[in-house]
Amino acid sequence: MVNKKKDTTVIVGGGHAAGTLLTALLQKKYQHEVVLVSDEPHPPYQRPPLSKSYLAGEVDQSSLYLKPRSVYENAGQQLRLGVRVEGIDRYAKSIKLSDQSTLKYDRLVLATGSHVRRLKAPGSDLKGIHYLHDIADTDALRNQLVPGKRLVIVGGGYIGLEVAASAIKKGVNVTVLEAAERLMQRVTGPEMSTFFYAKHTAAGVDVRLGTAVTGFEAGDKGRVAGVTLADGGNVPADIVLVSIGVIPETTLAENAGLLCDDGIVVDEFTRTDDRDILAIGDCTRHRNLFFEKMQRLESVANAVDQARTAAATLMGEEMPYDSAPWFWSNQYDVRLQMVGLSQNHDQRVLRGTTNDKGFAVFYLLEGCVIAVDAVNLPIAFMVGKQLVQQRKSVSADALSNTDIELKSLI
Amino acid sequence: MGKIIFIEHDDTEHVTEFRAGSTLMQVAVDNAVPGIDGDCGGECACGTCHMIVADEWFGNTGTVGDAEEQMLSMTPERARTSRLGCQVEITEAMDGMTVHLPEFQM
Ligand SMILES: Cc1cc2nc3c(=O)[nH]c(=O)nc-3n(C[C@H](O)[C@H](O)[C@H](O)COP(=O)(O)OP(=O)(O)OC[C@H]3O[C@@H](n4cnc5c(N)ncnc54)[C@H](O)[C@@H]3O)c2cc1C
Ligand code: FES
Repeated sequence: MVNKKKDTTVIVGGGHAAGTLLTALLQKKYQHEVVLVSDEPHPPYQRPPLSKSYLAGEVDQSSLYLKPRSVYENAGQQLRLGVRVEGIDRYAKSIKLSDQSTLKYDRLVLATGSHVRRLKAPGSDLKGIHYLHDIADTDALRNQLVPGKRLVIVGGGYIGLEVAASAIKKGVNVTVLEAAERLMQRVTGPEMSTFFYAKHTAAGVDVRLGTAVTGFEAGDKGRVAGVTLADGGNVPADIVLVSIGVIPETTLAENAGLLCDDGIVVDEFTRTDDRDILAIGDCTRHRNLFFEKMQRLESVANAVDQARTAAATLMGEEMPYDSAPWFWSNQYDVRLQMVGLSQNHDQRVLRGTTNDKGFAVFYLLEGCVIAVDAVNLPIAFMVGKQLVQQRKSVSADALSNTDIELKSLI
Repeated sequence: MGKIIFIEHDDTEHVTEFRAGSTLMQVAVDNAVPGIDGDCGGECACGTCHMIVADEWFGNTGTVGDAEEQMLSMTPERARTSRLGCQVEITEAMDGMTVHLPEFQM
């Protein structure tokens, strides 16, 4: 009798991408051993609520988990939590773990995500300076958000602004310092930035644009007491949140000699330059057939789409990644939904008036819709998804004319 | 506690246990029912949790909100009893309910 040993597929990381891959593999009835190794103590969980409902205290920790741990384990998948992967030996096809053990793999999937960009400036190690990336970070920050305290948020991106919205509701005094001339500059157009600026200032947030931070001032007992600015001024603070972006976690891959370029380089099937190693999620610079250029994206949509692509690759199916990216953010009673990447547009078309009742901005390049941002107007997001996916050419007049139903433009 | 039966497009049945207070999307996801991704975690932002409630149970599922209606209006397999699973909070009265899944999500 031939006793054929099963192959082992090891997944490194325990975020949204890794969790979605586990699910996809169990739904596809993947025949091989699957072991997930994550340095976090939790089963795979979703991060978006960390700056939204979980920060606000509206949902509990277990609701963050993508699935109860038992679902994976009942399907035979192993979760090794609280263990860090320290190195990959590509020749022995094994990984070294922080508990000193090694683990053999036949296929390896890197889903190591990203880590927060730290602000290197005088005083940056003072107590009371927070970052936001995992459950423990949110727990620590939430405890500090009590009425009357002064919170200074460095960075006016969507995470900083979501925190601002939650904090001001709790009676915290909030200041947002943004170095650029408008909010969320990296991801959205000027109309949206202006709208969110107005929203936050109306709610009582002190938003300061074009304001660069140079360091932190110390108060009692090594605690932060303020933030110093490039113009020589300073803003007093009891708590500081630094939210200035993330950096792809590529250390393992780089040390193993895998091709990296501000992200682990993968093709449209999520394959690295080692045929036995795949990479998915925030940690990748990837090919998506939808774009000409390689992309690096930090979003749930990218994490789940790449995870499902990797599951197909592991199953021996060919299913290239080719979907348009999408994203959402909640601030106050506003839900922003975005599809496509707007950066290269040559024309913007506003539909509706910029207020809470619902409006959208369409981004066009040479007459074709390449991205849509919708505020409290899900239909524009849904229609936009199709227009963007089809790169449809639509007249600006039709997009802005609210007498014409959006649906009719598809 | 009670049971909800999800029926995939190819008629595969999944009998799941629920706890009141959860949502239809969460129960499907917790049980790894294929075809319900719930990618936005229940924010009514992604449209990957479309379900079609059995006629006789539809009245138990509450009303369709404005945002949900806009999302649903673009799903190709929209039916009269369509809901976004994340917008339906489960109550004890739903014990035994049957829910059909579309072939494709958005
Ligand atoms: C506060 C916050 C709010 C967000 N809101 C939104 C939103 O509204 N919409 C949206 O689309 N996206 C949002 N995002 C982004 C989204 O959460 C990420 O894009 C997504 O989590 C990426 O998934 P990932 O699995 O690639 O990486 P991650 O979720 O970062 O997971 C990587 C995992 O790998 C582990 N790991 C890394 N190295 C090792 C190692 N050597 N050994 C073992 N384990 C390791 C890490 O600890 C981590 O658990 C938000 C992110 C944050 C932090
Ligand atoms: S889970 Fe995203 S809309 Fe229901």
